[in-house]
Amino acid sequence: MASEVARHLLFQSHMAAKTAGMPSQLPDSEQNQKKDNTRSLTMSGHVGFESLPDQLVNRSIQQGFCFNILCVGETGIGKSTLIDTLFNTNFEDHESSHFYPHVRLKAQTYELQESNVHLKLTIVNTVGFGDQINKEESYQPIVDYIDAQFEAYLQEELKIKRSLFNYHDSRIHVCLYFISPTGHSLKTLDLLTMKSLDSKVNIIPVIAKADAISKTELQKFKIKLMSELVSNGVQIYQFPTDDETIAKINASMNGHLPFAVVGSMDEVKVGNKMVKARQYPWGIVQVENENHCDFVKLREMLLCTNMEDLRDQTHTRHYELYRRCKLEELGFTDVGPEHEPLSLQETYEAKRHEFYGERQRKEEEMKQTFVQRVKEKEAMLKEAERELQAKFEHLKRVHQEERIKLEEKRRLLEEEIIAFSKKKATSEIHQNQSFMVPGSSLRKDKDRKKEPGYRFELLCFDVRACETSDGRTDTEEGRGAPRPRGGLGSVWRRSQGL
Amino acid sequence: MDPLRQPPSPCSSRPSSPRTPSCEMLGYVGIEAVLDQLKIKAMKMGFEFNIMVVGQSGLGKSTMVNTLFKSKMWKSTLPGLGVPTPKTLQLQSVTHVIEEKGVKLKLTVTDTPGFGDQINNDKCWDPILGYINEQYERYLQEEILITRQRHIPDTRVHCCVYFVPPTGHCSLRPLDIEFLQRLCQTVNVVPVIARADSLTIEEREAFRRRIQHNLRTHCIEVYPQKCFDEDINDRILNSKIRERIPFAVVGADREHLVNGRCVLGRKTKWGIIEVENMAHCEFPLLRDLLIRTHLQDLKDITHNVHYENYRVFRLNKSHVLPRGPGWVNLAPGPAPSPASPQATPRTMKVCRWTQDNSDDEY
Repeated sequence: MASEVARHLLFQSHMAAKTAGMPSQLPDSEQNQKKDNTRSLTMSGHVGFESLPDQLVNRSIQQGFCFNILCVGETGIGKSTLIDTLFNTNFEDHESSHFYPHVRLKAQTYELQESNVHLKLTIVNTVGFGDQINKEESYQPIVDYIDAQFEAYLQEELKIKRSLFNYHDSRIHVCLYFISPTGHSLKTLDLLTMKSLDSKVNIIPVIAKADAISKTELQKFKIKLMSELVSNGVQIYQFPTDDETIAKINASMNGHLPFAVVGSMDEVKVGNKMVKARQYPWGIVQVENENHCDFVKLREMLLCTNMEDLRDQTHTRHYELYRRCKLEELGFTDVGPEHEPLSLQETYEAKRHEFYGERQRKEEEMKQTFVQRVKEKEAMLKEAERELQAKFEHLKRVHQEERIKLEEKRRLLEEEIIAFSKKKATSEIHQNQSFMVPGSSLRKDKDRKKEPGYRFELLCFDVRACETSDGRTDTEEGRGAPRPRGGLGSVWRRSQGL
Repeated sequence: MDPLRQPPSPCSSRPSSPRTPSCEMLGYVGIEAVLDQLKIKAMKMGFEFNIMVVGQSGLGKSTMVNTLFKSKMWKSTLPGLGVPTPKTLQLQSVTHVIEEKGVKLKLTVTDTPGFGDQINNDKCWDPILGYINEQYERYLQEEILITRQRHIPDTRVHCCVYFVPPTGHCSLRPLDIEFLQRLCQTVNVVPVIARADSLTIEEREAFRRRIQHNLRTHCIEVYPQKCFDEDINDRILNSKIRERIPFAVVGADREHLVNGRCVLGRKTKWGIIEVENMAHCEFPLLRDLLIRTHLQDLKDITHNVHYENYRVFRLNKSHVLPRGPGWVNLAPGPAPSPASPQATPRTMKVCRWTQDNSDDEY
């Protein structure tokens, strides 16, 4: 708390120093120093634009602030705990498992408010970093994520109708790199990751779980780490030293990098107040005690002193670099082949023409393929149709043939029936004639006498349809016995004994 | 106010999305120190402000600028006998760096002598519009370079003060109406009644009402525009200002002794008109609006609304605009494209192109 108050006072005194030498009333004299076509003017009275910074600040308050932190480190090294401790909140997070096959990035956004400052904080965690057996692909997802955020901003900026003022800036402003407290040197994975990230994001390396190292080992470890980083050409974020108010403190902090931090949200009673600490059987490590760890320094530097500078660096250095590379990749240049300044507009136009030509061609191609396919389909359908037709014809023919055969059979059958009935008729006549002859019929008479009564004679089977048999049946029967018309039936005649 | 009819507001309050939970901090962290950081950064960088004064000669434009910034920006021109009126409208710009209490302001004032002075004033607004658009163009060209500067110098006109001659009873003249209609769409315009010491208080009020009525009839939106009001506080504040627009102002750069105090004023036979006395004229209101309270807002609206509008217009119509001096003629393509480029279907495609192309890259 005291440090914040001290900082405010420092700022105020600085302002006072600057205004002390300002006279309020001056005679009408100008000092004409021609520098780049601008002159310095001394005013003869109070105009009132010293409220300009306040106007700017008011606008920023209205808009809100946005800060994105990326935490890179192995699983279980204390990233989430440190973030919780930094912002003095309990962000919800589960413990991650060690068994993810790939490194993933998990981003969560929170809204914090302190007095009248609204901060939209995004924490991006690497899940599964350093867990795989083969760690070759570990840092690529991180690089891709950072690039994707830059790309999204670039897209928004290049749009015709854009709305940059209420765009939620998701570019990573700072990367906290967690180094495990081995006490010896940087791991190869750490070195490689930092090397691939240093031109894309501001890196602040921190030694995690610093309560595992003793004070003397810590000094040696820090020196070793920094010399390794320098000798490998890794550019970590240096706190800016160009403004007098914060130059001194930043310079001294630069010497304390990497910060050895301990994170904890647990409260332990020390003396007569509750502090955030970790309790061991051999003592209590207090998080906010500067003698125990560098946590306070980290919070000071990250949030209180340099947040704006981190955002500025991201926008003016890292993002511009990305934009330049990307646009050059796409083929835009500022200088044409003859070294005359070429505007983006013209390259845009040229590309546009090219693109349209390309697109026309593709359209033509597609059209042709489409027409081709349609033709093929048509041919196929026609083929199928023809086949069906042929089958139908074939079936019809077969059907016809069968029908003819059946007709034939029926005719034969009918003829047989006629023949048969004719035979029967003639045999009956013969029989009747034989009855007239006394001798031969005696036996029959006897039979008949024995059996007086009736005798049923089968006259004929009618198997023919009515229409074909009308004429013949009548002539056959002759006696006009009623015959049932139509249908199959046998006609029996009841005949008296003859 | 129907939100659908509003153009995008320049400084919108953060939309609270349901997906971002708000967290309670259990103690003081120090996030609000970012405001101090902002202040330091702003003071280091300095501020820029570009103002343009438009009006007929003799209305006191130069004197007004001198009074606003309490320094001799221009030599106020007395009507010389032998000085011919300029045949065409010429714009003159002068830049000064002024400092107050550690805050550096780079001020550029653009004057327009010869405006409305000719017999035939047809299209006298064209040079002015051309100048304003040229500043936008310059900024756009800087913005779309591959290797951009860290801080693009801002020469865009943030505010245009339009001087209305104090005729008293008439409404706005046709020249005024034409000019205001055209200019309000490109830049923030603040109309003022010039030389208001020739009007009595009642005449001023009547004239003001008249002008307000005219502005409403012709749908001219002067600064502060109603559609850019953010929240209730802004609206209240700006309504008060809108009540008093146009301000009746008097400019003076000489000091006189009144009641033992040294004040800026105009000395006449019947009294001394004190410029900074609210009972005499409304100069303090103008000064407060332009400098003390709304300067940042003027710059924001210029950047977020007017400049964006210009950019959209420019990028859409780039193939029909006449080519500027640095333009390189595109060689005709190897195969003539079968479909001649049409204006409307093309315009929609450009942004899609950048996205598609980058997708291809990935």
